[in-house]
Amino acid sequence: MKILVCISKTPDTTAKIAFADNNTKFATDGVQWIINPYDEWYALVRAIELKEADASTVLHLLNVGGTDSEPIIRKALALGGDEAIRVNTDNADPFYIASQIAAVAKDGGYDLIFTGKETIDYNGSSIGGMVAELLDLPYISHATGFNLEAGKAVVVREIEGGEETDKAALPLVVSCQKGMAEQRIPNMKGIMGARTKPLKVVEPVAAESYTSVASYDLPPAKAGVKLIPADNAAELVRLLHEEAKAI
Amino acid sequence: MSVLVFIDQSEGQIKKSSYEAASYAAQTAEKLGTVAEAIVLGTVADDLAALGNYGIKKVHTVADASLNNFDAQVYAKVISQAAEQTGADVVVFSNNTSGKAIAPRLSVRLKAGLVSGAVALPDTSNGFTVKKSVFSGKAFANITVSSAKKIIGLNPNSFNISTTGGTAEVAALSVSVDAAKVEVVSVNKVNGEVPLSEADIVVSGGRGLKGPENWNLVTDLAKLLGAATACSRPVADIHWRPHHEHVGQTGLAIAPNLYIAIGISGAIQHLAGVNRSKVIVVINKDPEAPFFKAADYGIVGDAFEVMPQIIDAVKKLKGVA
Ligand SMILES: Cc1cc2nc3c(=O)[nH]c(=O)nc-3n(C[C@H](O)[C@H](O)[C@H](O)COP(=O)(O)OP(=O)(O)OC[C@H]3O[C@@H](n4cnc5c(N)ncnc54)[C@H](O)[C@@H]3O)c2cc1C
Ligand SMILES: Nc1ncnc2c1ncn2[C@@H]1O[C@H](COP(=O)(O)O)[C@@H](O)[C@H]1O
Repeated sequence: MKILVCISKTPDTTAKIAFADNNTKFATDGVQWIINPYDEWYALVRAIELKEADASTVLHLLNVGGTDSEPIIRKALALGGDEAIRVNTDNADPFYIASQIAAVAKDGGYDLIFTGKETIDYNGSSIGGMVAELLDLPYISHATGFNLEAGKAVVVREIEGGEETDKAALPLVVSCQKGMAEQRIPNMKGIMGARTKPLKVVEPVAAESYTSVASYDLPPAKAGVKLIPADNAAELVRLLHEEAKAI
Repeated sequence: MSVLVFIDQSEGQIKKSSYEAASYAAQTAEKLGTVAEAIVLGTVADDLAALGNYGIKKVHTVADASLNNFDAQVYAKVISQAAEQTGADVVVFSNNTSGKAIAPRLSVRLKAGLVSGAVALPDTSNGFTVKKSVFSGKAFANITVSSAKKIIGLNPNSFNISTTGGTAEVAALSVSVDAAKVEVVSVNKVNGEVPLSEADIVVSGGRGLKGPENWNLVTDLAKLLGAATACSRPVADIHWRPHHEHVGQTGLAIAPNLYIAIGISGAIQHLAGVNRSKVIVVINKDPEAPFFKAADYGIVGDAFEVMPQIIDAVKKLKGVA
């Protein structure tokens, strides 16, 4: 079994969201970078568990990004995985990124490709599906559970108002979210080991970009909270009904 | 040239978010000086001609029962044939779980730039630019699409449905349908409850409620208001509530009309999933709770004293004894 986990670099969940250069760029000053939580906690940890269950499993990590991605790649390797590949480019167009992932995966012989359900900065939810289409593979998105049964994948995925259980043969692309696994903290042995694990850098293949960010906006600030005294909670209901017209 | 919208159904019923997408497609078509058509896959019980009321001129159906088994690969191939046959330049999806699975695949098939998470109509004054939600609701990005064809995934609850009157022509489309590689073994829906992602009103509880035995304060109010229920992450992690109720940065992102947060501190990761709600109400005993900064209405008080009063007042309002 050979698994590829796609990991992306995102600002820390508490990062201040501000923009520079006339609102055309995310202001990265003082921003801490992390592995996108869905990629780390769910996709990567579930893949590590599959390797723990079957030691013959080969686990590769893949990031499309510049040299500034290396710290998060090393952190991912400290959690687990045999080697990492970085495709050296800063282009952030989803189709371009997916094309790079597909190019690496094409000749890699992977049985499973895991992504996160979305990046917490771009919120695209699109790379996994694009990679699957580029490779002509089935795709199960928003997976909350993944198991192998008699060589087939049994995947639980979220749907509106419930969940669905799907079955598919490998190879398969799966986007992962909460429920797949539990967050892990890298231990000392992992961190030491990660230093010597291979991190291959490859140059991007030629691919189209279809989108670009013209500018960013921040949402308008809230007017401020209207406080209602705790002993007159019925007043809240009146306001929601008559003023906000929300109930 | 035309605009094509994918109408998503579940067990024969059209999802509410699809009506938003239909309305959005019709208004996009109007901007582009063309018409909006729809595609529906599988067998549907709802009246499809009624999509005319949302501005759709023609509904193409592929009533192949095998399409009741959802496989994004099969769906994308059928929709790409529909897009070609109808000459669609813009394809609209609701950015829900099916839309997020199909739209990226279609983007590859049609060589069409995809903007998922759109919150406004495209700006066509200078090229084609779509505003989308980014940084988990903390900002918007205006994305310019340079490809000839475009795909838009509209965020649920971010575009007002407008009805126009009229009925759509419904016609079967002749396409080839591949055999599914993903087999849906079972569907498990929480019956009778409003799906969180589609709910107009959401009542949510946090660790301040002390334990699952107190959740009637949340569920009673939700029932009275026809609302969905949600919770903060630790509440799901300690299994007071099911995982699918967890909202926030790492849970579901929602944008209801009204979000009522009870005993939730309002950590930045929680806000990331709910800050697109139109009206936010916070009930928390700590006046310093960060959630008050993001709220429209608030009560500083003990939920165990405040909630029964609120529930009583809503009962009166609704005429429930
Ligand atoms: C990377 C990352 C991702 C995360 N993602 C998410 C996410 O997606 N969603 C999420 O929710 N969290 C997320 N978190 C966790 C988040 O930081 C907070 O820890 C969490 O939201 C707190 O949940 P809470 O408000 O229920 O609990 P607490 O922080 O414990 O707050 C409880 C609140 O209840 C109030 N309270 C107590 N008793 C009463 C009473 N009797 N009446 C009224 N009020 C009362 C208290 O004043 C307090 O404000 C994430 C954290 C990290 C680091
Ligand atoms: N630059 C990248 N390198 C590797 N994987 C990525 C990259 N960007 C996104 N992904 C993967 O694709 C998933 C979905 O990303 P997105 O479509 O941008 O929301 C992420 O959770 C990652 O698993």
